Amino acid sequence: MKFYKFSIVTLFLAVTLLIFKDVSADSWGKYQAGDRRSGYTYATLETRAIQDDDFANPAFLWFEVGEAQWNKVQGSKGKSCASCHGEAELSMAHVGSSYPKFDLEKQKPINVELRINKCRTEHMGAKPFKYESKNMLGTTIYVKAQARGSVINTDFSGAMLPWFEKGKTFYYQRRGQLDMSCANCHEENAGNMIRANRLSEGQVNGFPTFRLKWQKPGSLHRRFRGCNKQVRSKPYKYGSDEYLALETYVMYRARNLPVETPAVRN
Amino acid sequence: MSKKAKARVKIPKSIKAGQPFEVKTLISHKMETGLRKDKKTGKKVPRHILNKFVAKINGEEVFSADWHPAVSANPYTSFYTVANNSGAMELSWTDDKGVIFLKNVKIKVE
Repeated sequence: MKFYKFSIVTLFLAVTLLIFKDVSADSWGKYQAGDRRSGYTYATLETRAIQDDDFANPAFLWFEVGEAQWNKVQGSKGKSCASCHGEAELSMAHVGSSYPKFDLEKQKPINVELRINKCRTEHMGAKPFKYESKNMLGTTIYVKAQARGSVINTDFSGAMLPWFEKGKTFYYQRRGQLDMSCANCHEENAGNMIRANRLSEGQVNGFPTFRLKWQKPGSLHRRFRGCNKQVRSKPYKYGSDEYLALETYVMYRARNLPVETPAVRN
Repeated sequence: MSKKAKARVKIPKSIKAGQPFEVKTLISHKMETGLRKDKKTGKKVPRHILNKFVAKINGEEVFSADWHPAVSANPYTSFYTVANNSGAMELSWTDDKGVIFLKNVKIKVE
């Protein structure tokens, strides 16, 4: 009798241990910060494998476009990005993890895309890139990828605070014909299936992301527009104040996650 | 007509004679399937894909593939092959308009 009791206790212990082991297998190392997980952990194994191998990652074709743009002299002032910033590995090492930043002239936050265009028009005397063009995506990927692996630590103090609050309001505001907010999917249903796709937490640490559905990389604002259209609301423009505020807030959500640019998602 | 390809190719730095090694290739191409419609005009966008991929080592064909519309944009290909002599590997992609994209890679056999 005693033996049976003992074996039942052992069995119970073993099962508990197994459950605990399962829980610990759920920790995702650098792809997890507190209770927040990168979209990488929601992707399938095949998609993750493409991202893990820089060679197989097709976004690196755009990275090379960006590298060429970085060194190309353009505009009336005869300068390239490299004329002022030198080696991108050093000068751009903290850009991807710290933008958007507050721009004193425009009195609003600017992201990497707008910062590149500001440099082009003001310092190079060149034409600004069109949002979502090959050169814009390439240069953004090239700049942001220099911060790959470092932890997102955007500054939300001072003048950024009202924009952070504005973005937070946007995030929790229901919109569109389907009357859904960002949080309805990405907070309440993260990990669940939405038709054939798995919803992620909507972390933005990998943008511009190569999306297999798009068959090319896309900016964060393209993703915002896509989400807005899916709940049947009218999307805002690329680089609009609404999306800059939202970008500020979602960078707060992605705090302490590593920069994964250029990530690969389905 | 032939063009220099915007492609990425990766082979091992040193190759042993007669030993298989992996060649990884990635080329930038939109791979228009011919099934998609232009939203504004309603007409089909004509098919424009890479339909042939050939790899040659020192002029001898070692790998080739016929591609069809189901191949994704920016196709990635990897294959194993062997080489006995150092020299050049010539990779070529042919598209529907007859343009050949060429890429040459040096190989060093020990």
